[in-house]
Amino acid sequence: GHPGYRNPAIQGKEGGGMGHPEIYPLVLTVKTQEIFHCRAEDDVTDEQPYKLINKETFFEDFKNRGAISDFYPVKKIIQEYPGDELLLVYDKDFKYGLNFYLIGTEEGKENYLNPPEVPEEQEEQKEHISEEVYVYKPLVSKPWVSLGSEKEIEEESVKESTKQIKYMISRKRSKFGAPIKFSDQNASNVKDAYIECTSYPDKNFTLKQLEKDVGMQVVPQIKDTSTQTKWTYPKNATTQYYPREFSEEEKEAFKQSKPLADFLDNMSVSVEIALQQNEITNTFIDDWKCLAEEEGTFGDKTDTYLKEYQSFTDLHSPTEKMITCVSWHPTIFGLIAVSVAERLSFEERVQFSGKLLLQPSLILFWSFSDPIHPQLMLESPDDIFCFQFCPSDPNIIAGGCINGQVILWDITAHADRIENIKSGGSRSKKATLKPMFILEPESNKEAMYIRHCAVSSIENGHKKVITDIHWLSDTFEVNRMGSVFENRNGICCQLITCSADCTICFWDIRPQKISTPQPTEKKKEESIEIPFDVPSTFLHLDLSWKPLSKVRLSKGETSLDHCPTKVSLNEEHLLYKTQDKALAQSKAAKAGEMNPYQNLEGGIGDHLKPIDDFCTKFFVGTEEGELIYTDWKMERDPETGRLMTKKPVSLYTVHDGAVHTVQRSPFYNDIILTVGGWNVAIWKENVTIGPLLQSCCAPKRYTSGHWSLTRPGVFYIGREDGFVDIWDLLEKTHEPALSQNICITVITYIKPWTLSSKQQFIAIADYYGTLHILEIPWTLSHPSTNEISSVNHYFEREVKHLEYVEQRKSIREQEKKEMELEKEKKKVKTYQKSKEQIEAEMKIDYDSYLELEKTVLMNLGLDKVIEKMSFTE
Amino acid sequence: MVNLGSPPAPRRSKGADRLGTSLPGSRAVPGRGEEVEETLKRIQSHKGVIGNMVVNAEGIPIRTTLDNSTTVQYAGLLHQLTMKARSTVRDIDPQNDLTFLRIRSKKHEIMVAPDKEYLLIVIQNPCE
Repeated sequence: GHPGYRNPAIQGKEGGGMGHPEIYPLVLTVKTQEIFHCRAEDDVTDEQPYKLINKETFFEDFKNRGAISDFYPVKKIIQEYPGDELLLVYDKDFKYGLNFYLIGTEEGKENYLNPPEVPEEQEEQKEHISEEVYVYKPLVSKPWVSLGSEKEIEEESVKESTKQIKYMISRKRSKFGAPIKFSDQNASNVKDAYIECTSYPDKNFTLKQLEKDVGMQVVPQIKDTSTQTKWTYPKNATTQYYPREFSEEEKEAFKQSKPLADFLDNMSVSVEIALQQNEITNTFIDDWKCLAEEEGTFGDKTDTYLKEYQSFTDLHSPTEKMITCVSWHPTIFGLIAVSVAERLSFEERVQFSGKLLLQPSLILFWSFSDPIHPQLMLESPDDIFCFQFCPSDPNIIAGGCINGQVILWDITAHADRIENIKSGGSRSKKATLKPMFILEPESNKEAMYIRHCAVSSIENGHKKVITDIHWLSDTFEVNRMGSVFENRNGICCQLITCSADCTICFWDIRPQKISTPQPTEKKKEESIEIPFDVPSTFLHLDLSWKPLSKVRLSKGETSLDHCPTKVSLNEEHLLYKTQDKALAQSKAAKAGEMNPYQNLEGGIGDHLKPIDDFCTKFFVGTEEGELIYTDWKMERDPETGRLMTKKPVSLYTVHDGAVHTVQRSPFYNDIILTVGGWNVAIWKENVTIGPLLQSCCAPKRYTSGHWSLTRPGVFYIGREDGFVDIWDLLEKTHEPALSQNICITVITYIKPWTLSSKQQFIAIADYYGTLHILEIPWTLSHPSTNEISSVNHYFEREVKHLEYVEQRKSIREQEKKEMELEKEKKKVKTYQKSKEQIEAEMKIDYDSYLELEKTVLMNLGLDKVIEKMSFTE
Repeated sequence: MVNLGSPPAPRRSKGADRLGTSLPGSRAVPGRGEEVEETLKRIQSHKGVIGNMVVNAEGIPIRTTLDNSTTVQYAGLLHQLTMKARSTVRDIDPQNDLTFLRIRSKKHEIMVAPDKEYLLIVIQNPCE
């Protein structure tokens, strides 16, 4: 039971608290407390929490205050109270819910004042028992003392209020379990068999509807019918068959049969006629259509000049610089990277070496939208002479230094900066050069210096300037021996560099597996502090990067080696084609959105499959003007057991100066353009007789060159006087088709770029550090129909010409031999003539001479003289 | 002159004269098997000929210069087409008959020379 809080409004009728019906909790206000002298804490305290109050006092209070008296609810109880004094108890703990309670019975009063003494005896008993063995005392039943619980039980118990009705049904015993017979009976026959509640119209519920809202719609007559059909679910049915064929014997039998022979005899004639007809002419060609050129040309057809578009110069550079290498950004439109180097000769470099160390060597990123400020500046320890964007990730750049080091940059962190360059917004035809003092420093246009990520080891790499650097295609990779394996990474991870120290090196950007413990552990480990903003992509390579293998171009026994300037490899896929973007994207998706360059250790341990029929030969252009075709595979020297490079396959000396361009045509994989000295040569791989085309010496030295990207027969050559010669093989092959002046100084680099199908630009870099961007006109950028096949034919003709020349050479040799033989024979013949014969011949000659003399004199009328003369004969 | 031995109906006019080709029979008589071979080789050696085959009346190839699957495909399809073409010609004029069938496509030309019992199929690439 719970003491429970009883609503004081109702508690007057019932007793308070469960189990204590005589307790009546009350709220006594302070005034009441004063009247009854039972003020809380003053008159009634913890020691004596109760007060015996006379009945009379209550009645007086009722008379005085009436209904507002606090005791009004228990007035009846007080009136019925048998005794004189009632007990009022102060309920400090609110045991019964309110602060005072009144005990309404005498017994309750007695119980409160004199609580029963039972608990004491039990305590004494317990003390006894704990010492002795427990003796079982059977329970003694005591008279039940009522504590008021029977009232609760009374209240809660359920009593039947109504008397239960009893029914007794009896039946004859025999009828139990007997089969029942049901019979029908008309209900109306028997009286009172049913009670009917008939319906009747009740006037109270009849309502007459006077108005009704009805909507009408015209509907076509429809008819619904349905039928059931057999549902067969569709199943795939296949038929497998094989064609009827004849066996070999049957075929042989046919061969021998006469009807077949006759048939062929008859039919072959008409068939051959038809075949010959086709050989003679193609009757279905629409000549009219083939005559027309491609429609939809933009721009003037007569406009053939390169138009100046923009030019970039670094105005902030303190010293004079020249541009050494140019590269367009492969994916971002309008971004071009340029490497600049000091414009000093070797002696001057040595002289100013101290000053040069302080100035950073840079690769500048120019954007079309801002001709004054470069977007990014990549720092390097020394002047860069060549660099290339990585084809599989344009944020990785590899460059070759003047001191022989290979540098790697990773600009992934700044990629978003350059991607969001407003391209084409302020595209003006002319470079707007503002005076320097008006230039406002634009907040985020401040060019950032980006430090390089990794440099190669100085001792193990090249010793002299690196003249060319290429990323190897991501379809293959090379090992230390030069053997080619498939590349499972899907990214470009190897480089090839060639340098003036006569070696060509292969580099791998992945961390090398270390099988033996590093001896460098014993050395003092210098902890090089890397600036925090440099990405750690290539940290494993920094300063310890060694080349994978070195190919030395030796000239045989002599100590002089070939000094390579440019390298051209086979299997270089056309970089940055738009189709390849999709491939690259799928490759990136395969890598799981993780930049593969961040996780380069991934693919080293894999056992790679070697590619067997890979052509490992490549072209090298040298300082002396030679073109070497050699193999990069190393072979073991049988005597010493060391790895040696193979001897070059072929060597041609064609140019009068250093070869500075060796480039494969973007359309034909085996056509190579070499430019050097004063002339140009075009070669075909595997044609060893010589170049297909070798131009005669130009008036000025040629200093740079590049194939056109869209026209197979066009290439651009830059000269030392700032002119660009544009050659068109379909127009003229003995001289350039067009010559245009670009700048006043030596052109150091040419790089064309296709931006869209309508626009093509060409970047021309000069010796004074200015980069000119020109727009290529329509005629030079758009190939005519069948241009590829025409140029191909031209090359084939040239090859045939070369072969013919070779043949003629051999024929002429033979002829020469034959002629000599003839001569020999003749000499022998004359020798065989004897002396007598000679004398006889001489006599005959003399006689004929005398005859002649006679006739002449006769004709002159000196006959007589002759007759006289004949005497002396 | 050549005795063709085909039905005497007017031939499909093509305006081409019979070029005087020498018949294999005019030489010293080789075996028949070699004749057949020679004829087919001669046809194959023409410029642009990709392949040829001889097919019987039911479309089963007898001799071919192409690989098996291609041969079977060509034989089956062209046999049906030839039958259809022949029936078309004869429906229009029952006195007429098919002498030659040439199908020119973008890439090459298929020539079918039909007979009562055999078909000679030649595939040529006419473009240079």
